[in-house]
Amino acid sequence: MSNVTFKFDGVDYVGQAGDSLATALLRNGVLHFTDSTYRDRPRAVMSLWVDEPNALVNVDSGAGEPMVPATTVEITEGLVARSLSGIGDLPDTRDISRYDRAYRYADVLVVGAGLSGLAAAKKYADQGKTVIIMDDQPEVGGHAHECGQAIPTDLLSSLAHENVTHLQRTTVIGTYDQGYAVAVERRTDHVSSKVSTDVARIRTWHVRAEHTVLATGAFQRPLVFANNDRPGIMLSHAAATYVERGVKMFKTAIVVTVDNQGYTDAIRLHKSGVQVLAIVDIRKKLSKASKKSARKPAAKLGIRIIKGATALDTNATLDGILSSVVVLDPKSGLKETIATDLLAISGGWTPTVHLATYIGIKPTWSKKRAAFVVRSKVKSISTVGMLAGDFVENEPAVYFGPELDDTQALVAFVDHQRDATLRDLRRAVGAGMISIEHVKRYTAIGTAHDQGKTSGTLTMGLIGNLVGLAPDEIGSLTFRPPYIAVPFAALAGRERGLHTEPIRTTSIHSWHVAAGAPMEDVGQWKRPWFFPKPGEDLDAAVLRECRAARNGVAVMDASTLGKIDIQGKDAGAFLDQVYTNMFSTLKVGMSRYGLMCGVDGMVFDDGVTTRLGENHWLMTTTTGGAAKVMDWLEEWLQTEWPHLEVFCTSVTEQIATVAIVGPKSRDLLALLSPGLDVSKEGFAFMENKYADVAGIPARIARISFSGELAYEINVSAWYGLELWNKVMELGAALDVTPYGTESLHVLRAEKGFVIVGQETDGTQTPDDLGMDWIVSKKKDFIGKRSFSRSDTSRPDRHQLVGLLPDTSEFVIPEGSYFAEVQHKGATPPIPHIGYVTSSYFSGELNRSFAMALVHNGRARIGDRVAIGNETAVITEPIFVDKENVRRDG
Amino acid sequence: MATTTRRRTVELPEHPDFLWTARVTPKKVYDVIIIGGGGHGLSTAYYLAKNHGITNIAVLEKGWLAGGNMARNTTVIRSNYLWDESAGIYEHSLKLWENLEEEVGYEMFFSQRGVMSLAHSVSDLRAKARNYHANKINDIDSEWLTPEQVKEIAPIVNINPDVRYPVLGATYQPRGGIAKHDWVAWGYAKAAADMGVDIIQGCEVTGFDIRDGKVHGVKTNLGPIAAQKVGMVAAGHSSVLANLAGFDIPIQSRPLQALVSELLEQVHNTVIMSGMVHVYVSQAHKGELVMGAGTDAFNSYAQRGGFHVIEHQLAAAIELFPIFERAHLLRTWGGIVDISPDASPIIGHTPVDNLFINTGWGTGGFKATPASGWTMAHTIATGEPHELNAPFSLDRFVTGHLIDEHGAAGVAH
Amino acid sequence: MLHIPCPYCGPRDETEFHYGAGANIFYPEPSSATDEEWSKFVFIRENPKGWHAERWVHSAGCRRWFNVWRNTITHEFGPTYKPFTEQPKRPA
Repeated sequence: MSNVTFKFDGVDYVGQAGDSLATALLRNGVLHFTDSTYRDRPRAVMSLWVDEPNALVNVDSGAGEPMVPATTVEITEGLVARSLSGIGDLPDTRDISRYDRAYRYADVLVVGAGLSGLAAAKKYADQGKTVIIMDDQPEVGGHAHECGQAIPTDLLSSLAHENVTHLQRTTVIGTYDQGYAVAVERRTDHVSSKVSTDVARIRTWHVRAEHTVLATGAFQRPLVFANNDRPGIMLSHAAATYVERGVKMFKTAIVVTVDNQGYTDAIRLHKSGVQVLAIVDIRKKLSKASKKSARKPAAKLGIRIIKGATALDTNATLDGILSSVVVLDPKSGLKETIATDLLAISGGWTPTVHLATYIGIKPTWSKKRAAFVVRSKVKSISTVGMLAGDFVENEPAVYFGPELDDTQALVAFVDHQRDATLRDLRRAVGAGMISIEHVKRYTAIGTAHDQGKTSGTLTMGLIGNLVGLAPDEIGSLTFRPPYIAVPFAALAGRERGLHTEPIRTTSIHSWHVAAGAPMEDVGQWKRPWFFPKPGEDLDAAVLRECRAARNGVAVMDASTLGKIDIQGKDAGAFLDQVYTNMFSTLKVGMSRYGLMCGVDGMVFDDGVTTRLGENHWLMTTTTGGAAKVMDWLEEWLQTEWPHLEVFCTSVTEQIATVAIVGPKSRDLLALLSPGLDVSKEGFAFMENKYADVAGIPARIARISFSGELAYEINVSAWYGLELWNKVMELGAALDVTPYGTESLHVLRAEKGFVIVGQETDGTQTPDDLGMDWIVSKKKDFIGKRSFSRSDTSRPDRHQLVGLLPDTSEFVIPEGSYFAEVQHKGATPPIPHIGYVTSSYFSGELNRSFAMALVHNGRARIGDRVAIGNETAVITEPIFVDKENVRRDG
Repeated sequence: MATTTRRRTVELPEHPDFLWTARVTPKKVYDVIIIGGGGHGLSTAYYLAKNHGITNIAVLEKGWLAGGNMARNTTVIRSNYLWDESAGIYEHSLKLWENLEEEVGYEMFFSQRGVMSLAHSVSDLRAKARNYHANKINDIDSEWLTPEQVKEIAPIVNINPDVRYPVLGATYQPRGGIAKHDWVAWGYAKAAADMGVDIIQGCEVTGFDIRDGKVHGVKTNLGPIAAQKVGMVAAGHSSVLANLAGFDIPIQSRPLQALVSELLEQVHNTVIMSGMVHVYVSQAHKGELVMGAGTDAFNSYAQRGGFHVIEHQLAAAIELFPIFERAHLLRTWGGIVDISPDASPIIGHTPVDNLFINTGWGTGGFKATPASGWTMAHTIATGEPHELNAPFSLDRFVTGHLIDEHGAAGVAH
Repeated sequence: MLHIPCPYCGPRDETEFHYGAGANIFYPEPSSATDEEWSKFVFIRENPKGWHAERWVHSAGCRRWFNVWRNTITHEFGPTYKPFTEQPKRPA
């Protein structure tokens, strides 16, 4: 064994490679680990593993962990840790460790590599099944390993089977539906105390298995007596294991037991050189088998056995360390105080039922085993070993501790970490609490870092005693994942930083970035918000960009719009149902704007759809609504109208769209596509043409979202950037100006075009938006029936109007609510009549303007409203080119 | 032993020595039966007794008292809702919260530490701004925060503009906050029991006694119980009960998950929500981080959800709050939330006379506990809805007069 | 993470699917439906505790809609069936 140097609470210690921090500190004679959370009582290590309620530490070295049981920390050279009293703190530094995830399918997942788990793994591997076996400890073998027993070689060799994936230091933290399990593998902390940036420190495994074998074993239970929390009191299995591992600080021991395990551990202690002063066994009579396997071997070693007795109380040194144990024979009332270093408790086994309860399998109480055990009846899950109650020969008494008076109950701890005592349980029951869930909440038992691993069964047993019920009549022992505490960062995996959520970019994105455009997040898309020239802010850039679109030529990347290719002989009829207006009459080569409603009659998306051929259409949707619309179309086609022959394919990513906008866009298009007839007559509004643009095959659509003459050039996304570069190059002579989403919004608002999601929030009908003109009276369509409901058909709904502030430079903040003009400057609450959906300063108008939804708005055009201390006039929601003449250039 | 810098958490005061009688055998007849011993059911019973003098009441709970969503929520309290109808009832609730501990005589750890709602995109900003202005004109306390102001109030928020979810602004309601859920439920339960209300646990309603279109009582696993009036206040099981009474309601029951960390030194003294990233987080009095996520996508009564929801939530949380990287996930759990089509509750009449319903609070019911009970009690006692719950009638789904809170609050916590 | 039995692709993770609520939806003839009947179609979906016939679409796979029985208490899946085919018996 090699020495390992580490630091605890500022003191340097030397431990041995393979030690847990708990082992190493005990090896160094450190017993008083910490003080309790609320009552400041000295506390020490009580257990071996993740059930530890007392010895919580903060690890400062490496990645750093604010709270972890010392029993699970493997010491490495340079480890730095400090003790905690139940509350951790988060350092204000980034954790740069790497974390990742792995996903696996398997025929069988075996949880636990103790003897039962190993046997199960071997069985299934021999059958030719793929097996994953995960165990949370550093070494394979579970209890057998802890007890220093050799693991049968046939079991060990099956781990090397080609069908078997074997992982130690891997804790299954949750079981979920359909054979799903999540586990965390600790991969670096046991190797080095340094931060691991190249190897994932923790890997989260997601496993889907046809069959799951739970072989999770059991923890030993403590007993509840007065002053049962002193340093020097340990679970007997833990004590024996520590001593076998070379902990020399205990010279004498008393073992208090309710089962045969106490004898086993007493003998282990004895053999390791601890003088076992007595085994105190609450059981008077034992079965023949137990006499033979437990009592006789102990007696043979000369160990005194006190039958029918238990621990009542303990005494301590001035430092609070255990000095003696008060042994009580409850029948006779006789007491004896025995001085000792170590009090080892065996209160019976508590099977680790957690993973079973997570998926709703209820443990059953076995009186014979004094435990909640799980015998799965679910076909896909089997339970083996101690979890299934494979310890009946242990012959435990159902016993949780002696009768205590109120003073003793005050220091008889049930949940050490929460400092919750038998007195707290008694108060809870007295207050009317009988459900285990109420008792937990009344006393905080089971809510600490160990989540009740040691206190769960104890609590149910003790309440049972108080109210005269069996433990399973108190409720069921349930737990919630995760089985152990896991760092947030480990579960985030690589979804950190910019990888937290996918980012979608267009084929032209790199140009926008190079041009220095700030980006707007639209769904997962990144869209250029505006293209500032040096010294420009948003407002200045937008004024310039809009000016170019209104007077010259401007260009924008419209590739993010959702695009759905729709084919089939019934596509036209289908679109008639999907859109409020008629599409089946549209001529091939022409585009039309359409509005979609939900079944509730509320507008939910819009866009331009083009008839590419007799039975071939291309629909565009809003950027954010593309996936939703696609699902919507499929839902209707597949679940309502399967007789329609229509096929939908998303082509958003396949097509790049560059919009050139403004009176000079015709000149630019002519430069880009010299052979194309771009004349007003030759290329009509809403018409589509195929041509090479800058040498790239393209479909050009003459459509406009600004009111200006405009063209949308659609090419294969592979050529998007090339097209853009050519537009910029050939457009330089026309001073072509790139613009972003902000100018797009201003331009369309000036023209009175709505944006779904800005003018709408899911509560507007087409009529509310003043778009009755697009609602067919002749045909049915999705949502039409909802228009005639009483609330939807009332004439005084909130309707879309324009607002012109009386102060022409005052841009009303978007989202502002406003009131009748007589409330100008009034103190809230003020009855409001509407709110602003869009508001900008228009260079074209040289004034501010807004769009708003106003109660009975269309009837109120010309009225004034008050926005705080400002006023504005209600107008038609159109501000530029009411006559629609600009679109022809 | 070397000196260390161990710190301690606060210890909560003890609960009273007596709360309610553990086992009550139901009487044959009551004036009012409340089905559901959760927060809303208990507050309904409390206000029926206190405001309307009706004390011959049975609260029937099929499991353990306040063991449904009351035991499983993340306790956010606020009233800064978008629509007037919502702001009205939630603001009434907040005002009740402000005096509740004193009135009921029970410590509830009501803490007005403020609730912040972050905006992460231009359109998100616009929606939040509208909400802010709506609150302003309705005189609901509301502040608009720049990213720098967000940082002042909550220094742990990452306001770096180059992150996946940049913080562009926030609304802030200083009067919002949290309370301790069990203590709230127990406070109402104790106060109601003290006024004579029978709290009956382990009593499951299995049917209704309905004659001539009117309810006369309920059938339970403990036998039939008659009553003049019956209120269904059983979040997570509303549809099941409505079907037993012979009618349908527009409710879908979905899993909603939440989680806590270990106890940590206080780093976060307000409540932060981000609808866009589906995260909301506060730090409880003792020090655990309490976080909630969005709902799982499918109907379920299993009180558990998928782990991928938790993983994504933690990823998003770390991006917003880098200091949480080393915090540990200690416990996750699921509740069942009753989702209505417009993310607003349904409180009022049913097609059956004298049978009243209170459901559809979705993910946001905790904050409404006082006002829900207040208005439900009024509705049951007088037979007509209170002006605050009149808009939340079941028939709004026929008229179309929805109160759609989706737009402003993707996650309506 | 449910493992959802897509009848076209086989069982796949829940994240590949979108949920479509109860399967027993009947689109009434809009012009003759009363307000109540219309409201039922728009807003009411079954919400049983136990076996539930429901719709899913395999959005990130074959993009096809299908129906399946699923138990809302245990999350166990029963038989799947395609739209416009006879509904299999409710599993026991």
